Amino acid sequence: MSDEAVSDEAPGQPLHRRLGLADDELERIRQTLGREPRPAELAMYGAMWSEHCSYKSSKIHLRTLPTEGPAVLVGPGQDAGAVDVGDGMAAVFKMESHSHPSAIEPYQGAATGVGGIVRDIISMGARPVALLDPLIFGPLTTERNRWLLSGVVAGIGGYGNCIGVPTVGGEIRFADAHSANPTVDVMCVGLAEADALVTGSTLTPHDGSVMVLYGASTGRDGIGGVSVLASAALDEGSEASRPSVQIGDPFAEKLLIEASLELIECGLLEGLQDLGGAGITCAVSESAARAGMGVRLDLDAVPLREPDMEAFEILTSESQERMLAIVPPSKLDDVRAVCERWGLDIAVIADLVEGGKLTVTHGGVTVAEVPAVSLVDEGPEYDRPREPPAGHHARAAVSTDDPTFAPFEGDLRVALLRMLGAPNVASKRWAWQQYDSRVQGQTVAGPGSDAAIVRVPGSLKALALSTDGKGRYGALDPYLGAVHAVAEAARNVAVSGARPLAITNCLNFGNPERPVVMWQFAESIRGIRDACIVLETPVTGGNVSFYNESGGSSIWPTPVIGMLGLLEDHRLRVPAGFPRSGLAVYVLGETFGELGGSEFAETVIGVVAGTPPAIDLVQEHALHELLHDAARDDLLASAHDCGDGGLGVALAEAAIDGGNGFAVTVANDLPGHVALFSESASRVVVTVGPEHEDRLIALASAHGVSITRLGETGGPRVVFDGMFETTVEELREIFETAIPRLMQEPV
Amino acid sequence: MRHRFEVLVTLKPGLADPQGKAVESSLPALGFDDVSDVHIGRHVRLDVEATSEAEAREQVDAIAHRLLSNPVIEDYRVIGSSAADEEA
Amino acid sequence: MAIATPRVGVITFLGSLDDRDALRAVATMGGEGVALWHGDHDLQGVDAVVLPGGFSYGDYLRCGAIAGHAPILDEVRAFADRGGPVLGICNGFQILCEAGLLPGALIRNASLRFICRDVFLRVETSQSPVTADLVPGEVVEIPIKHGEGQFVATPEQLQHIEEAGLVVFRYADAAGSVNRSTNPNGSVENIAGVRNDSGNVVGLMPHPEHAVDPDVGPTGGQALFASLLAAALAGAGALP
Repeated sequence: MSDEAVSDEAPGQPLHRRLGLADDELERIRQTLGREPRPAELAMYGAMWSEHCSYKSSKIHLRTLPTEGPAVLVGPGQDAGAVDVGDGMAAVFKMESHSHPSAIEPYQGAATGVGGIVRDIISMGARPVALLDPLIFGPLTTERNRWLLSGVVAGIGGYGNCIGVPTVGGEIRFADAHSANPTVDVMCVGLAEADALVTGSTLTPHDGSVMVLYGASTGRDGIGGVSVLASAALDEGSEASRPSVQIGDPFAEKLLIEASLELIECGLLEGLQDLGGAGITCAVSESAARAGMGVRLDLDAVPLREPDMEAFEILTSESQERMLAIVPPSKLDDVRAVCERWGLDIAVIADLVEGGKLTVTHGGVTVAEVPAVSLVDEGPEYDRPREPPAGHHARAAVSTDDPTFAPFEGDLRVALLRMLGAPNVASKRWAWQQYDSRVQGQTVAGPGSDAAIVRVPGSLKALALSTDGKGRYGALDPYLGAVHAVAEAARNVAVSGARPLAITNCLNFGNPERPVVMWQFAESIRGIRDACIVLETPVTGGNVSFYNESGGSSIWPTPVIGMLGLLEDHRLRVPAGFPRSGLAVYVLGETFGELGGSEFAETVIGVVAGTPPAIDLVQEHALHELLHDAARDDLLASAHDCGDGGLGVALAEAAIDGGNGFAVTVANDLPGHVALFSESASRVVVTVGPEHEDRLIALASAHGVSITRLGETGGPRVVFDGMFETTVEELREIFETAIPRLMQEPV
Repeated sequence: MRHRFEVLVTLKPGLADPQGKAVESSLPALGFDDVSDVHIGRHVRLDVEATSEAEAREQVDAIAHRLLSNPVIEDYRVIGSSAADEEA
Repeated sequence: MAIATPRVGVITFLGSLDDRDALRAVATMGGEGVALWHGDHDLQGVDAVVLPGGFSYGDYLRCGAIAGHAPILDEVRAFADRGGPVLGICNGFQILCEAGLLPGALIRNASLRFICRDVFLRVETSQSPVTADLVPGEVVEIPIKHGEGQFVATPEQLQHIEEAGLVVFRYADAAGSVNRSTNPNGSVENIAGVRNDSGNVVGLMPHPEHAVDPDVGPTGGQALFASLLAAALAGAGALP
């Protein structure tokens, strides 16, 4: 399914425009072919040169991202990125959006999103081992937003639970700007032996090899998904979008996983590709272009769900749960046997031939004849105009209307409780209890943790996984929003004791044809680049989701970062909660007066305004190194990131999670509410046994990280000395029941 | 007067029907070799209090459209009406 | 004399998900796991059989309904008739109910939602292949993860189940108290697991295979697998 806009041209328009091709793009096709394109060819170019498949608006920016590093095995351009996790193993990961379909049919939209990303991982030859779902909805005060959240969560569970891949993390956030267009991203992580990865360069197809389509049959799913879905205003004419909504079949997906991995393990394949956006056209042309070969594709061989499908429909159908394998003829019988054992139908639909031409026949007639590489690599590329919103530069400097300077006379205890019950902060247990986080038996830490920890089977190593978006910061300053998203994702991995290795991303934005949106995008890319360079976490791939807007109003510019880290020994994993009494509580990092864009400003003062916190990436990196070394030396009893709601909320969450209270003194020059709720970056609350305090202080000093002793853990009470006190139970009650209450369910 | 209706909700033609397909593929193993086009839907029975059958049917139509089915992916059919009291 | 290693078969149906996990749990507890295939008429001479969790055939018709007709179920039935120990976990429990090897049925959770969390189970009888090492009243902690785990039975069945002592586990709290608040899915009488009349076939919704490794969850499943391995070993000589 595609995230793409759409021309609102009437059906009376020429065919190429109805297929989403601009006049100059048509001219480009004419030049490539040296003649007028046939209708099926236009459909193929329309799909392949769509924003979704070609990244034509984003490519020039994406190219500036750092993509290389010692751990990177496979960077952008493949179905998913891959990093070396040692012992000959590779972790494969990728994130995608399924926001547009989810806005129309939340259950199936979210479900088929899971299916799509899982197939990306399979097509790399990796077994999917974890799913994470970053979601953003409008406020739960409206019936529609509750319906969307319910449906999306049920769809993620309905699909993920049924294919045996644990859902171990993600996040759920809420913002007005996402009411019309919820953001539904999903990340999948897989494991493979590094030398068995399936990429364009590891397997070489031969002249005479065949392309085998296996899995589900092909229907009219998603025909025009590229244009139809995002074109209609979401509140009207949704019935017209019917062809774009697809029904997921997780049972078929499970069979695809097992059959595909068996085909690879048995050495039967010369290539493997999932079918996603642009369906057969994309899978066949990409496989051919990668191999530097041509293909003869026979559409009559494609098993159809509906009779009488037109050539262009078969070529661009986005029916789910299909894979394409390249097989030498000598191994065809073995491939058939494996697929049949797993109850899957197969069809030989194409031959690989010398040259680079993709020839398509239907009903014995040639309906398309184009250079494969022209579909894949020779699409248009745009440097779209960009322009900051009016008044942006005035806002960049900290101004007096920043919430940091707003006087606050309220009760700090009430403020803390309100923030713990605010939907962005409150426990999302209601959602993640609907996900199977245990299957495969490797989940050391699942949903609700700073980072999910998933063991690499047969070793002490574990993957540390986190997804983070900072929409509120991004709305105020897209550069800082992106930097914070990368930093927080890395910090969430680092507090577990793991070393951040690499990222993938899903970039969620409005209409790129609007200069403000394009500016937001470029600023976000700049932020990701700067952060990834300093934090040494290269970008291994990602996905761009544009056109998330309705009625001219777009979502907050929200790059969501998927971070993958490595924990050398899962037994050294540091938990977030206070595990026992008698521990010393420290905060690593410095607190400044920074309430711009904060949870406090939104929940307590009621504004999303100001300048997001500054961030010193070198300090952030030093903090990660410190956390890694402290975990390696087994000094830390707990470590929890200071995020939304700052120190106050971080302490409260650690107390709730561990079931132990604390008594602390938060003393500095700042007003009490600023000291407690400032969201200064690069801070972590840690606890340490008395015997390790000196070593931790020395280690922090060696890394140049500020460290401040706040107090001790213990007892049922939560004491902020000189400010207020409450109990763990009071905090827990409000933290755990907020979402069920908002969903109007019994708590 | 109470009127009893049954509503059948089915996937729109052409959409993938994994449930129907799973049942269909399991039938040959049980010796049923000649079955095809298996589809699964939802059956809802409801009683409506209304002065006329037409009025009741109008309500059922609205219920089926707005709640029982998702018009994006499903069709529904209202079958039959009988005076519910007589049956009870 | 070397002590024999009990061989425990784990059946993979199309759509089974916890089959590898069950094989690993058997190995962790000292048994030999043997992978069995739904389409075979062959139990490979194993000493006990596990039907693992998952979504066989997507649970699209009714959970366990289609797998209940799998060819290997003929062999499982014959094995059970000879007194061989059989354990159904989650979807495996549903399959055993559909196949008529266990009483009752499993329907959607009362909340209509999938639930994944740790629960406490009170052991109700030692007369089952997974509770021989436990005493009634003992409490074990094991995760559940299911959308259709609400145990139901006809009044007659239920009366027989209770009178004949066929309830093996009930959902409880850590202290062993059984009440409405400890019932995660609406199961009648908090029933989490039952056995057959002869006591050699047992099914439960919670996942003991996800409760043997302390690094990834609670350890309440260890005693269940230890019992199963002992039952397998005891039965190994006895079965024809």
